[in-house]
Amino acid sequence: MATEQRSWRRFGPRRRIARFVLLLTAAVTVIASWRFMDTGVARPETIPREVTDLLTRMYPPDVAYTTQIVQPLIETVQIAALGTLGAFVLAIPVALLAAENTTPNGVTFWLGKLIVTVSRSVNTIIWALFFVVLFGSGPLAGAVAIVFRSVGFLGKLLGEEIEEIDFGQVEAVRASGASQAQVLLYGILPQVKPALVGLSIYRWDINIRDSTVLGFVGAGGIGVELFRAVNAFAWQSVAMVLIVILGVVVVTESLSAYTRGLVR
Amino acid sequence: MAAGNRTWERPTVFPNRSVKWAVYAGVVGFFLWSGVGVGADPARIAQGLGSAGSLVGDFLPPSATPRQAQRILDKMLESVAMAMVSTLTGIVLSVPIAFMAAENLSPKPLYAINRGFISVSRAFNAIIVGIIAVKAIGFGPLAGILTITFKTVGFFSKLLAEDLEDIDMGSVDAVRAAGASPIQTLLYGVVPQIIPRFAGLSVYRWDINIRTSTIIGIVGAGGIGSVLLTAFNRYDYQYVTAILLAIIAVVLVAEGVSAVVRRRYN
Repeated sequence: MATEQRSWRRFGPRRRIARFVLLLTAAVTVIASWRFMDTGVARPETIPREVTDLLTRMYPPDVAYTTQIVQPLIETVQIAALGTLGAFVLAIPVALLAAENTTPNGVTFWLGKLIVTVSRSVNTIIWALFFVVLFGSGPLAGAVAIVFRSVGFLGKLLGEEIEEIDFGQVEAVRASGASQAQVLLYGILPQVKPALVGLSIYRWDINIRDSTVLGFVGAGGIGVELFRAVNAFAWQSVAMVLIVILGVVVVTESLSAYTRGLVR
Repeated sequence: MAAGNRTWERPTVFPNRSVKWAVYAGVVGFFLWSGVGVGADPARIAQGLGSAGSLVGDFLPPSATPRQAQRILDKMLESVAMAMVSTLTGIVLSVPIAFMAAENLSPKPLYAINRGFISVSRAFNAIIVGIIAVKAIGFGPLAGILTITFKTVGFFSKLLAEDLEDIDMGSVDAVRAAGASPIQTLLYGVVPQIIPRFAGLSVYRWDINIRTSTIIGIVGAGGIGSVLLTAFNRYDYQYVTAILLAIIAVVLVAEGVSAVVRRRYN
């Protein structure tokens, strides 16, 4: 009776070894990564000091600078709005291609998937580099970059929504003698409309944040002012721009959350 | 009978049809104003897209000399390494912040401070954070690690805090009632409830960090982005395509790994 000294253990021996190996691999990867990089830190303890130093130079924010950033800020909002609109229009056909149940054949399905993948894998700022070459620097390049980045996002998520629709309704519309376009308009679109609106508003919210950096590659918006201030070491102006960006993002985020609540 | 000459009208979410048209008109007006604002005149767009054909020709086929290929490989490894390290540091820092930002576990003032920090971290694009990090501590992957860590903390603690707010307080009370200390309550009452989500979120964030690490080099914060920007500035477009293909490949692999792992844990 006293011989059986058992204690409770959460995992069996095999799971324990597997977990140990997994943790060890993770640890080795992180350490190897750190050693691989030429971080050039002789004294990591100075980092907090340097960061605090920069933050103190930002204080107090240059409030008078606000008048100069109103126009670029409006431009940022416009870029995000137009970019979202363009993506909204282009995402519908892309989503129809990329959804298994609406795509005409295998080739179009993969075409849809390809568009979605390429669009999503290339960051907004890289798209902007490309379109600045094409359209010259300015907000138009930024707006087109936003379109190309957002199409993949909207196309993917909308495509997934289309795959979930009730096909019975589509059949019913078709059975009543509707043309292809009418099937689309009365059979498919009404079922995904709330998702389409919700996703677009969500993407608009992301696009506001994304379009704040387009100025770095010359694609317009508040980023232009921000990088000018950074390069001039005008840290108090930088702080003001950052505060304004924070304000806009917080407002758009709550606006987006509120509207998405309405359509859901 | 003849009075019932009604036609079907589509139902609308708006209170009535005038509100609907007013909203639509407002939206259209806003977009037109935006179009004028960014200078999106059709002629210019047509001209730009017209020259797209020849430009795309410049980008193809992708090519890189052996030296350039080596450089892509080195810098890509640096990107991945940055993502690995900062995923760990970010998650480690996120855990206490998440607990302090969970409404049910944290006192009000602490909750407000941490929620504020999370909002700040989420509001700024990685590129902006990257620029400031580079100015603060100099060029190189360390600035990148700092950037990605900062972004990870905002994302991870927000989602983890939301999970913490959703936990079943009954099991927490049970552990506490069994005489557990606050630390033990946390370890045995709270932590087991969030571990599965924690694993999924970590992998998800790792995937996002790989993406971020491939671009913040553009502002000098380490990784493949710097190579990309240089190639663009030298009009070496075939090299640009080669770099982009490398980025897309790495991003896809990361996304695949993350999807597989998350399917196992959800």
